[in-house]
Amino acid sequence: MEPTSRGRSGEGEGRAAGDRSTLTLNINGTDHTLTLDHRTTVLDTLRLHLGLTGAKKGCDHGQCGACTVLVDGRRANSCLLLAVAQDGARITTVEGLAADDRLHPLQEAFLERDALQCGYCTPGQICSGIGVLGEAQDGFPSHATAPTAPVTGPVALDAAEIRERMSGNLCRCGAYPRIVEAIGDVAS
Amino acid sequence: MTGVARYAAERNLPGCLYAWPVPATVPRGRVAAIRTADALALPGVHAVLTHENAPRTREPDDPILAVLQNDRVPHRGWQVALVVADTLEGARAGAEALDITYETAAHDAVLTADHDGLYTPETANGGYPAVRERGDVDRAFAAAPVQVDATYTIGPLHNHPMEPHATTALWSQDGRLTLYDSSQGATKVRDSLATVFGLRPDQVTVVSQHVGGGFGSKGTPRPQAVLAAMAALHTGRPVELAMPRRHMAAVVGHRAPTVQRVRLGASSDGTLTSVAHEISTHTSTVKEFVEQAAVPARVMYGSAHSRTVHRVAALDVPSPSWMRAPGEAPGMYALESAMDELASALGLDPVELRLRNDPAAEPDSGKPFSSRNLAACLRDGAARFGWNDRDPRPAVRREGPLLLGTGVAAATYPVYAAASHASAHAAPDGSYRIAVNATDIGTGARTVLAQIAAHVLETPVENVTVDIGDSDLPDAPLAGGSSGTASWGWSVHKAATALVERLGESSGPLPAAGVTVTADTTDETAEESPHARHAFGAHFAEVAVDSRTGEVRVRRMLGVFAAGHILNSRTGRSQFIGGMTMGLGMALTESSSLDPVFGDFTESDLASYHVPACADVTGLEAYWIDEDDPHLNPMGSKGIGEIGIVGAAAALGNAFHHATGVRLRTLPLAPDRVLSALR
Ligand code: FES
Ligand code: FES
Repeated sequence: MEPTSRGRSGEGEGRAAGDRSTLTLNINGTDHTLTLDHRTTVLDTLRLHLGLTGAKKGCDHGQCGACTVLVDGRRANSCLLLAVAQDGARITTVEGLAADDRLHPLQEAFLERDALQCGYCTPGQICSGIGVLGEAQDGFPSHATAPTAPVTGPVALDAAEIRERMSGNLCRCGAYPRIVEAIGDVAS
Repeated sequence: MTGVARYAAERNLPGCLYAWPVPATVPRGRVAAIRTADALALPGVHAVLTHENAPRTREPDDPILAVLQNDRVPHRGWQVALVVADTLEGARAGAEALDITYETAAHDAVLTADHDGLYTPETANGGYPAVRERGDVDRAFAAAPVQVDATYTIGPLHNHPMEPHATTALWSQDGRLTLYDSSQGATKVRDSLATVFGLRPDQVTVVSQHVGGGFGSKGTPRPQAVLAAMAALHTGRPVELAMPRRHMAAVVGHRAPTVQRVRLGASSDGTLTSVAHEISTHTSTVKEFVEQAAVPARVMYGSAHSRTVHRVAALDVPSPSWMRAPGEAPGMYALESAMDELASALGLDPVELRLRNDPAAEPDSGKPFSSRNLAACLRDGAARFGWNDRDPRPAVRREGPLLLGTGVAAATYPVYAAASHASAHAAPDGSYRIAVNATDIGTGARTVLAQIAAHVLETPVENVTVDIGDSDLPDAPLAGGSSGTASWGWSVHKAATALVERLGESSGPLPAAGVTVTADTTDETAEESPHARHAFGAHFAEVAVDSRTGEVRVRRMLGVFAAGHILNSRTGRSQFIGGMTMGLGMALTESSSLDPVFGDFTESDLASYHVPACADVTGLEAYWIDEDDPHLNPMGSKGIGEIGIVGAAAALGNAFHHATGVRLRTLPLAPDRVLSALR
């Protein structure tokens, strides 16, 4: 395992007072030092404290994936993360994907494929899709990966792999076929 | 896409407070006492609203909006308090800290086919008569050489749009109310909330700019709008209330369960002689809502004798309401399953059976169809799907432990349109602006309305801006009944046409302020059509049934629809596919039940109520037959938002029968049910 910079802000313990702590989150490349209630999730921190409402709340219970963000490059349900436990984490939300006014290739692909209807699940789908691309690149297998596949090297993302890996992100509008195509476009 | 679209609970207004609703934990009775002291003592808690201190409201047009007005608990999950705090965590902790005692009364939450409380209402949802009868069904059925008599059961189903119902409310100094509400129709919410708070409609503004799906559950105002407005009034601050997912099933409506008996009588060549479709369903004690599941049998197939009947029992359950294709979705599951059973009994191909009973006029009304291309959908779908070389024998295709089968079912959905207003503005720079209080719930309304206007104005679509989603815009009906595009589009068409005329009258440059015209389609939409107007379609499906696990998986689903002129193929296809996906859920994954003891839905969150996930959806294809129907509206369109779900579950159920030889008449085809049926 690579060492991470997680769990410490500056020297020593994070500052806690009663039921609140002061901590620093790096969000989309900018450090935010916040004093937060220990019960506050990363999702509510983003949405309610920082006005970054791109990450959506569909269930608040880890059941829908609408709140998916990237934490230190890996996808996570931000409704299941308490901010106080993420001091020092590097978080990327949908607002942070475009670089120099250029959309991320997966955002482009979603537009190109019309992979959304109401758009509410979309930020989570896109962040999750980027997570999938990274996981496959790093050789993470899924239920759809052949048991005989080599464990080193990237996993090829065919439609079955994408469908399996994206099944934590619900879309009630039923945009799945287009979502799979969009991720497939970027994977290939 | 980039996260900039702001939904109802994303306004981040300065000074905003957060509200957490408190659902009743008993199925029937009254609130005996609410001790609020502990909650109010918590840091950051501003208020606890209960029936004792909440603002008194006027009688609403929909009784589900009469929240916190008295101590009555009509069903479990009915909201009995609201905690308002500086933070969401604080509001939720306050809700936990409330001490509520109830007086309970005996309750009954379970519908049965022979429930004592079943009665025949006057009308079912949509204003359809509850009972229609032609000829002598009983005699014709008894005399029919081939008969099907089968009962189909569907439990409650939940809309579960991905965006939970949410409202941010604020009052201005001069007593005006502004709501950012996740709704399918801001004009309707404005009018209802004005009634509730005793205001004039022009004192209320409702903004529904971006809406994360609704599927009917946001078609009428929901209690969170009233609660948020009450809390904002009580505290003098903006208040945001986003419904917790687990609370939703009890207060946002659901598809009521149905028990449906279908009796079909046919002559030996497959000609239907009698059709009887009789359904039992539930409503709540708060209001009467009757799922109109027997209505499609009045439209689908010709027969000399027919009876369609709705019966309903008012139980101590949450109030049912609209869910995508109310009536048609459950009704066509039963009717189209019965048609498949009839085809088996006759030894006739199920496509052929439907073709033989395709009527020239609407059976119930006798009116000619404005257009009816069911036969074309069936033929086209059969060719595309490869239906024609199908071996009709059930349970003869195996791939190891998998049993394979294919099925077909028809679809139908009525054409509705409601009165709408719109304005069209021409600016001196040559651009146009259309205003109509339409709502985009994921249907691409902005795009399609711009297209309609651009077509009339003979200008590139980029030249047209469309303003929607705000009740201060010209009044418009809600996105529901697959009628949004027809209703709004009609008024946009009319406004744009008038604008073209106006511009043609004057020569020379436009005045600096531009030119604006308005249109109102009240007269056009009120005219009764001499035609029966419906969209039709056909679904073909292939399933693989795992004989070891009982899992049913879709290999492919193909739908062909005839829904007038399809205005935008991209968004149109998405609507069809989305509907078919929800139909897949209805058939295979979505299961809910009312707990007899607790009187509430057992499956109330997304971990227990399984909406289809990405891996469930394979091989879906949608096609259409473009119709040229002059009897609809200026665009020649029928609605497309709902027909995709209609019949999809029947096609899958029929494919299941073809795979296994076993007829299951209860949805969903979940592994436990399948395994016990296969044993
Ligand atoms: S909101 Fe986090 S998984 Fe649903
Ligand atoms: S686009 Fe509406 S939930 Fe996915």
